[in-house]
Amino acid sequence: MSENARSTARYSYGGDEQIFVQLDEEMSLQANFRAMAIAELIRQRAIPGIVDVCPANASYQVLFDPDVIHPQDLMQELQAIDNEVGDAMDFDLTTRIIEVPVYYNDPWTYETLMRFRDRHQSPETTDLEYAARINGLDSVEAFIEAHSGSPWFTSMVGFVAGLPFLFQMTPRERQLEVPKYLRPRTDTPALTIGHGGCFSCIYSVRGAGGYQMFGITPAPIFDPEQRLPDFADFMIFFNPGDIVKFRPIDREEYDEYRAQVEDGAFRFHKREVHFKLSEFLSDPDGYNRGLMEALNGN
Amino acid sequence: MAIKVIKPGLATSIQDRGRWGYYHVGIPPSGAMDQYSFLAANLLVGNDENAAVLECTYLGPELEFQQNAVVAVTGAEMSPRLNGQEMPLWTSFEVRAGDRLSFDFLKRGARTYVAVSGGIDVPIILGSRSLYGLGAFGGFEGRNLQEGDLLPIGANGSAFVERSVPQDLRIAFPELIEIRVMMGLYDYLLTEEGLKNFFETTWTLTPVADRIGFRYKGSELRFIKRKQPFGAGSDPSNIVDAAYPIGSIQVPGGLEPIILHRDAVSGGGYAMIGTVISADMDAVAQTQPNSKTRFIAVDLDQALAARQERNQRIARLREALAA
Repeated sequence: MSENARSTARYSYGGDEQIFVQLDEEMSLQANFRAMAIAELIRQRAIPGIVDVCPANASYQVLFDPDVIHPQDLMQELQAIDNEVGDAMDFDLTTRIIEVPVYYNDPWTYETLMRFRDRHQSPETTDLEYAARINGLDSVEAFIEAHSGSPWFTSMVGFVAGLPFLFQMTPRERQLEVPKYLRPRTDTPALTIGHGGCFSCIYSVRGAGGYQMFGITPAPIFDPEQRLPDFADFMIFFNPGDIVKFRPIDREEYDEYRAQVEDGAFRFHKREVHFKLSEFLSDPDGYNRGLMEALNGN
Repeated sequence: MAIKVIKPGLATSIQDRGRWGYYHVGIPPSGAMDQYSFLAANLLVGNDENAAVLECTYLGPELEFQQNAVVAVTGAEMSPRLNGQEMPLWTSFEVRAGDRLSFDFLKRGARTYVAVSGGIDVPIILGSRSLYGLGAFGGFEGRNLQEGDLLPIGANGSAFVERSVPQDLRIAFPELIEIRVMMGLYDYLLTEEGLKNFFETTWTLTPVADRIGFRYKGSELRFIKRKQPFGAGSDPSNIVDAAYPIGSIQVPGGLEPIILHRDAVSGGGYAMIGTVISADMDAVAQTQPNSKTRFIAVDLDQALAARQERNQRIARLREALAA
């Protein structure tokens, strides 16, 4: 698999200030993990002229100053780093597992989805009912259980400031898949839990969006004023590589968390963990149980 | 002491060179969209090259100065008036406390830059004073200017020197602009005919043209129909969500190409077919809706030569405006 994975990489210039590398056409945890490992190694090398390194789902890009490093020289360095990383199976990622409380089926995303029924594949049902049905689940409750039952890997951060793309850490046949809206909405509440294709996301700000809406989290993930303790160092909470576990909450708990946010006391429940792709792939369910123990143990 | 905003104009924001290094978490560079005119404005008033200025889009503001200052206006042709009297573009001039600065209607171009000696002194966030509108931070309180805002001005040590940018170093506004593009990225997903259409069409800029991106109409660019890869959307123009290069061109549904500019969304699921070279991003910023654009393919060497040429022009500008 590793040789094949590498041979699909496609290098391209994004103008004279960026190099774009498509690692795979398909989404997979393997391709994403390669992007993470390559980005990490590029940062460690501290190559003069590099302005930013952006790992994405199955690709990455590097922003650079061509007055400092010639694009062809940088391209060669990137190819060498790619070879060094190889399949990234044993790359040891130090990351975090984070619990994200979610009020599924909340009144705010419900109000919003009702306003945009004319843009939806299934105008007569809610986004959750539709998602349950096309994934072969017999109820919204069963869908919520599947959505919150296994962790998700932050495969990319972006679109707008701090928005995490989340890829479900289960074998492909168990991954939830739901198409985007037929036409994008012009409005999405901030902190909506969305889903499009195989990705879930958390909308960091209010705005346009085309992902299905399942619920809302009380926890800010983007805080430009850096008011909450989790944002003391930086205004954005998520990093590529973070592992997310959703936990369903009810209205009462939602309101409690919101009060904590208002008081400036809210903190995410999180733990540092080490992640190795080879260990995960050999036993995903067992590995995820271990992650849950790391999150909830002492 | 400060500048009071009497009328805000249509979309006036505070910008500098931009905020680099945070695109990997979705924060785009922002900064003046026409960096050349921005630099000229600062050099004219004797500012640090990265001082924050006003970027005025389509319609200028009306400002009241509460202190003496030196001002310069560059970029799109929107003539400044000081207490009603027309003042020259691309030339520094003095203003006194109590003076009012207003602007004539836009003649050519799209974005005018107003530099004030000392610079607009809003807080530096992640290394820049530039507004990032989608994130609602930077600039003046994270938004475009509004009536009544008081813009703080930085300390101003230098005395007034009358400076003017020589004619040949001012920007031009051709009827039809040619934008040079390096193809690549996902251009292999376009049909042969789609690729040909991209270069043979004279594109019209739509009103959807702002700091995020510029959307054009003119013809359809078909993508090859294929079995979509796992994780990509169902339309042939969809890819597994990826990072978008600044200046990259995407064509959602094959219909209307969009050039992403300095407030770019940092990633998404539409195939990008090429990228505007760095030397031509300023020219894109100065186009108005309904203006005509053609795209020209260049290779890396040509892009670097164009960049070199632009760098030399900037060196001449610095020399011409040296104190």
